[in-house]
Amino acid sequence: MTTSTDTTQQDERAALDVAGLTVVGRPSDVEIIHDVTLRVARGDILGLVGESGSGKTTLGLALLAHCKRATEITAGSIALSGAALDPGDAAAVRRMRGRRVAYIPQSPASALNPALRLGTQLREALHDSGADGGEATDAEAAARRRAVAGDPQERVREVLREVALPDDDAFLRRYPHQLSGGQQQRVAIAMAFIGCPDLIVLDEPTTGLDVTTQAHVLQTIRHMTREYGTAGVYISHDMAVVADLADEIAVMYRGEVVERGPADRLLGDPQHPYTVQLLRAVPILKTAGHTAPEPAGEDGPLLRVRGLRAGYGRATVLSGIDLDLARGQCVALLGESGSGKTTLSRSLVGLHHQFTGEVVFDGDPLAPSSYRRTAEQRRRVQYIFQNPYEALNPRKRVRDLILRPYTHLAGQPQDPDAVVATALERAALPASYGERFPDQLSGGERQRVSIARAIATRPDLLICDEITSALDVSVQAEIVELLRNLQSDGMALLFVTHNIALVSNIAQHVAVLNKGEIVEYGDVGTVMSAPTHPYTQALIADTPDFELSFGESPLHRPATKSAPGGD
Amino acid sequence: MSRLILYRLGYGLLTLFVVSLVVFLATQALPGDAARAILGRDATAERVALLRDQLNLNDPLAVQYGKWLAGLFTLDLGDSFANARPVSEYLGPRVTASFVLMGLAALIATPVSLLIGAYSALRRDRAADHATSAVSLVLAALPEFAVGILLILLLSTGWLHLLPPVFAGSASAVLADPAQLILPVLTLVLAVSPPIIRMMRASMIEVLESEYVQQARLKGLPERVVVWRHAAPNAIGPVAQVIAVQLGWLAGGVVAIEFLFAFPGIGLALMDAITTRDIPVIQAVTLLIALVYIVVNLLADVVGLAANPKVRVSAR
Repeated sequence: MTTSTDTTQQDERAALDVAGLTVVGRPSDVEIIHDVTLRVARGDILGLVGESGSGKTTLGLALLAHCKRATEITAGSIALSGAALDPGDAAAVRRMRGRRVAYIPQSPASALNPALRLGTQLREALHDSGADGGEATDAEAAARRRAVAGDPQERVREVLREVALPDDDAFLRRYPHQLSGGQQQRVAIAMAFIGCPDLIVLDEPTTGLDVTTQAHVLQTIRHMTREYGTAGVYISHDMAVVADLADEIAVMYRGEVVERGPADRLLGDPQHPYTVQLLRAVPILKTAGHTAPEPAGEDGPLLRVRGLRAGYGRATVLSGIDLDLARGQCVALLGESGSGKTTLSRSLVGLHHQFTGEVVFDGDPLAPSSYRRTAEQRRRVQYIFQNPYEALNPRKRVRDLILRPYTHLAGQPQDPDAVVATALERAALPASYGERFPDQLSGGERQRVSIARAIATRPDLLICDEITSALDVSVQAEIVELLRNLQSDGMALLFVTHNIALVSNIAQHVAVLNKGEIVEYGDVGTVMSAPTHPYTQALIADTPDFELSFGESPLHRPATKSAPGGD
Repeated sequence: MSRLILYRLGYGLLTLFVVSLVVFLATQALPGDAARAILGRDATAERVALLRDQLNLNDPLAVQYGKWLAGLFTLDLGDSFANARPVSEYLGPRVTASFVLMGLAALIATPVSLLIGAYSALRRDRAADHATSAVSLVLAALPEFAVGILLILLLSTGWLHLLPPVFAGSASAVLADPAQLILPVLTLVLAVSPPIIRMMRASMIEVLESEYVQQARLKGLPERVVVWRHAAPNAIGPVAQVIAVQLGWLAGGVVAIEFLFAFPGIGLALMDAITTRDIPVIQAVTLLIALVYIVVNLLADVVGLAANPKVRVSAR
C-alpha cells in the first residue's frame, strides 16, 4: 500500500488530485476500486498499468465521475486543477466534462457514433463554450480558453490539423466507417483536445492498432499534451508502451494502486512483487533469438514450401512463398493485419485449399484440402486458433474437447484419463481441469486448453495463429514459455504474429510477410539487429523498445512542429 | 443505393406475380361451385350450365388466369358474381374506407410505440418499465378481436357508454362521424403496438449501453442530446423491420376488426364474398392485401437503408 501522498502541500500545477477514491459494485457491494489516491501535474502523463480485471478502466471512468451500470462511487474526492468534481451534481459534472476532463476510448470504432458525421461529433464536443467560469489566471490557460471561445467551426479545423487529419468540408462530412482505424483514433484524440481540457484520460487507445499506427498515435498524444500543457492518465496493460510515454507510473492490482513512482525509478527499481512480475512479462525486442536444440536427424526439413500462391476467388493474397521448417525449430511469421499470414497458415493446415505450389511434409506432398490428407498427416500437423474464447465448444468439458480429435485421428485410446492428464500437464494445467467447462476458465487457461487439445495427438508441427494477441501481456509471457518447452521436446512451430517483440523470444528464424510476399527471411538475431528490407526496418523502429533508456525513446525527443503524417 | 432500391422493387413485383398465381389457384380450389352458389340449391342443371358459360368458368385454367391477369393491368377486375357490378367499382369506396382505418392506426401506433419503447428503455428496471412490459405482453398475447370485444364492453355497452359499438354508415363517408372510428382504430393500434414497443425497448437498451453513447455522455452532452441525437436514430434501424411486419399485418388483421365493428371496408367485403363464392372479389381483395404487405416491406427496406450511413454512402 504505497501511494505516497502528501496532499497538504497543495501544488498549484496539479491537474488531477484524487484522494481515497472507492468504487463499489451493486448489488454485491464488492469494492472494484479501493481507496485510490493519485496526483498528476499539468503536462505530465501518468501511466496506469495493470492486467484486465484490475479495475483500471473503472478508475479511468471514475475520473470523469462516470460509473458503468451497477457501479457507484462511494468515497473519495476528485479535483481537477483545484475544482472539485462532485459525482452527485449531474449538471456540474456535465459542464466539466469535455472542458476540464476528456476521455479517449479504447476502441474508436465503437466509440464514434456510426450515424453522425465527424463534423457534428467534433463540434458538439465544444458545448457550453465560454460558460465555464474557470478561474484560469495564467496567460497560457487564458489563451486556451480564447481558442475555445471563438468560432466552433474554425476550432474544429484547427484541432484536426493538429492531429494531422484533413480539415476540409469533405472530411467533416464523412462518417466514422469511412476512416481507417488510425484515423478514427485521431478523430477521438481531436475530440478530446478540442475543449482544451486540463486532464485527458486515455483508455488503452492503441490496443486495436498495429505497431506502425500505434507509433503515430502515441507520438500525436505526446505532441498534443506538450502543446496544450494537458495532463494525461494513460491506461494500459502493456508496460512497454507506458515506459515509452509516461513520466510517472502507477501499478494497479485488484483495485488498488500497489506501487507508484517516477517512471525511470519504477522501471529501474520496482518494489512491489507484482510490478516485478509485470516487468518480467514484457518481451525483449532484440535478442539473438531463442536457442533451440540442434536438429537430431539430418533428413531434410520437416516442412518444405515452394512457390505457394493462394487467394480468394480472383484476388491473390499470397505469391511466391518459400519456407523451410526443421524439427524442433520455430519459424516466426511476422506481418501486419492483411499481410496474408493467416491465409498461409490455414493453407498449410488444409483449411484453405485454393492454393497452388509445393507443400512437402516429412518427404510426402500434402494435399491442399485436409479432407484429402491421411489421418496420420492430419494428426502430425495441428493448429491453434487466435481467439480462445471462440475456439472451444462451450457445451463440452475440457476432457471431451481434448479426447475428440485424439479419438478421431489416433483411434480409441487405451487409457483416456492418461491422455487427458498428459496433455493438460504438458500445457501446464492440473489434471482436475478435465472436468471443467470452458466458461469456468480464464482467457489464458482457455488458450492452454487449446494447446493441450492440439498437442494431445503428439503432432510434429504446431501452427499457432496469433495465439497470444487476445491475452494480457503477463499471460502472453506464460504461453510463450510453454511453447518454448514444447519446442525443446522436439516439436516444430510455425508462430504467426504481428507482435515483433515476441519473435526473438520464441523463434530461431523469422519470415517477414508484407502484402502477400516474404520480404525478409533469416535468423532472428540477424534480422532484428540488421534488417535489410525497409518494411522490416520500419516495423522495428515503430515498436516501443523496453530496453531503450528512458530519455532515448523517440517519443521523448522535443516535440517538433511537424505533426505525424497521415496513414 | 438507388440500384439497391430498384433491385428490391423488382423483387417485390416478382413476389406479387407469384402471389397472384397462388391466389388464383387457391380460389379455384375453394369448395363449391360459383354458379351454384349464386343460383342457390334448387337451381336446375341447365341454368347452372348457362351461368357457368356466362362467367367463363368452362375455359381452361390457364386461359382464365391470363384473362384475369390482363384485366389487372387495366384495373378491370371483372364483374362481381354476387351483384354483377364491376369489382373495381364495388370495392373502390371500401378500399378507401379501409385505408383510412389502417392509415389512422399506423399513424398513431408507430410514433406512440416508438416513444413508449424508448421511454421504457430509459426507465429500465423501474416501475414504469415493468408496467409497460406487463401490459404489452398481455396485449400481444390476446387476439385482436378479443381486444376489440373487451373495448366494446368497456367503452360502449358495459361499463361506460361513450362510443358506438358498431359502425353505422356508408363506405363512402367513413370520416363523416369520427367518433365511430375511435374503437376500430384503437383496437388496431393496441393489436399492432406491443411488438414494436418491445423491439424498440430492446434496441434502445442495447444502444444506450454502447460505447458511443457512453462517449457522448463523457463529452458532457446534455442527456436530451444524448438520447435524441446519439441513441434514438441508431435504435430505430432494427425496429423498422418489425414496424413493417406489423403494418403489413394490419392489412390482414383489418378483416376480423371490420367484421367485428361492421365497418364497411375490404375486410367485410372479403367475408361477404367468401360466403357467396364471389371469386373475383376474393381474388381482388387478397391480391390487394398482398400488395399492401409488399409495399410496406419495401418501404421498410428503403428506410432501413437510408438510416444506415454505411449503405447510404458506399452503395451509391
